[in-house]
Amino acid sequence: MKILVCISKTPDTTAKIAFTDNNTKFVTEGVQWILNPYDEWYALVRAIELKEKDPSVTIHLINIGGADNDAIIRKALALGGDEAIRVNLESTDSFTIASQIAAIAKEGAYDLIFTGKETIDYNGSSIGGMVAELLDMPFVSLATKFELNGSVATLNREIEGGEETVEAPLPLVVSCQKGMAEQRIPNMKGIMGARTKPLKLVEPVAVDALTSIASFELPPAKAGVKLVPADQPEELVRLLHEEAKVI
Amino acid sequence: MSVLIYVDQADGQVKKASLEAASYGAEVASQLGVEANALVLGTPEVDLSSLGSQGIKKVFQVKQAELNQFDAQQQAAVIAEAVSKTGATIVVLSNNLTGKALGPRLSARLKAGLVAGAVGLPDTSAGFVVKKGVFSGKAFASIQVPTALKILALTPNAFAVKEGGGVAVVEELAVAVPAAKTKLISTNKIKGQIPLSEAELVISGGRGLKGPENWGMIEELAQLLGAATACSRAVADAHWRPHHEHVGQTGGSIAPNLYFAVGISGAIQHLAGVNRSKVIVVVNKDPEAPFFKAADYGIVGDAFEVMPKIIEAVKKLKAS
Repeated sequence: MKILVCISKTPDTTAKIAFTDNNTKFVTEGVQWILNPYDEWYALVRAIELKEKDPSVTIHLINIGGADNDAIIRKALALGGDEAIRVNLESTDSFTIASQIAAIAKEGAYDLIFTGKETIDYNGSSIGGMVAELLDMPFVSLATKFELNGSVATLNREIEGGEETVEAPLPLVVSCQKGMAEQRIPNMKGIMGARTKPLKLVEPVAVDALTSIASFELPPAKAGVKLVPADQPEELVRLLHEEAKVI
Repeated sequence: MSVLIYVDQADGQVKKASLEAASYGAEVASQLGVEANALVLGTPEVDLSSLGSQGIKKVFQVKQAELNQFDAQQQAAVIAEAVSKTGATIVVLSNNLTGKALGPRLSARLKAGLVAGAVGLPDTSAGFVVKKGVFSGKAFASIQVPTALKILALTPNAFAVKEGGGVAVVEELAVAVPAAKTKLISTNKIKGQIPLSEAELVISGGRGLKGPENWGMIEELAQLLGAATACSRAVADAHWRPHHEHVGQTGGSIAPNLYFAVGISGAIQHLAGVNRSKVIVVVNKDPEAPFFKAADYGIVGDAFEVMPKIIEAVKKLKAS
């Protein structure tokens, strides 16, 4: 069985968010880049668990980006991917990225394609659904549990106010979130081994982007907290009712 | 030319997030001077003509019971055909949990630019630009959508439900429904609670509450206000509260009108899940808690002393 795990590079959760060039570019100076947490903790680790149960499973990683993405790709290989493919393209358009993944996936005939539920920078939650549509495969979004019995998967996915359990045939695309697996730290053997694992560089297929980012902006600064003395909590209730008008 | 709003259902009822999407879609349509129509798949129990209240002219219903169960691939195929049959040039849906599965599929299928998580109306002064949240609530991006067909997935709780007096015409739409590949086995919903993702008011507790036995005051305040309850990651990880209540970077991301945090320090990972809330209240005994910097109102004090008094004051308010 072949699993393709889509991995993305994102700024660290605590990175300072600022823009330049007339608010059209994200300031990358001083930003530490990480493997997108949802891709790493849930999509990749669940794939690794499936491989630990069945050694015939192969895990391929795919990333779309420039050469500076290789560090996070090596980290994912250290955690447990078998080999990686990087499509040499910088893009902020989900459809362009999904089209690259779909092109590679078609060639590789994967049984399962895992993505994280979203990236923590663009928060689009779009890649999995787009890849599934481009490949005409079923898609289970925001999965919290994944079990495999032969060629049928049983998954839990989040719905408003709860979860539902669904069955889906392979090949299948799944977007993964909390519950799927637990975060792991790569060990020394993994890190050493990752250096020699194949990382294939592929040139992109031509795609017309469907969207582009015109500009960024920061939310208006908060006016500052209005503190209410601890012995007058009823004043807080009054403010929420009369001033903020939320209760 | 028209705007087509996908209206989804749960347990036979139209979801609140879809009423928001309908209101937003009607506003987009009036801005562009075109009609706003809704698309309903399946057979919900409600009178769909009431969507006129949100500004919908016509409701197209694909009346097939098998569509009551959600399969993203099947629904995307049906919606795509409905878009072409109704001549829609803009598709609006909620970026709720179903919308996140459908929007991207439709975008790829129809080669239509998607704004996933729209927070405002389009700006048509230079092209077609819609704002969405990025960097986990820490910034916004204005997305240019140059394609002829556009899809706007509205962030839940970002646009108020419009309540007018209109009555929509309900019309059956014949569309071929392909077989669903996924099969629903069971549904596990928490009964009698407001889903966190749809709640306008949220009361949330953190480690400062010391133990699950102290959640009575969180639940009491929530019940008085008709609010949902939430918690921090530490609390969910310690199994004091169920995981679905966890909000933050790895948990749920919410944008209620009021987020009332008790005993939560407000680490950046927690803020990433709640910083789009309109009003944030923080009760914490540590004046240095980082959450106060992101809050609108705060009390530096012991939750065990403060909360009972707040509950009393809310009871008085509700009685007056």
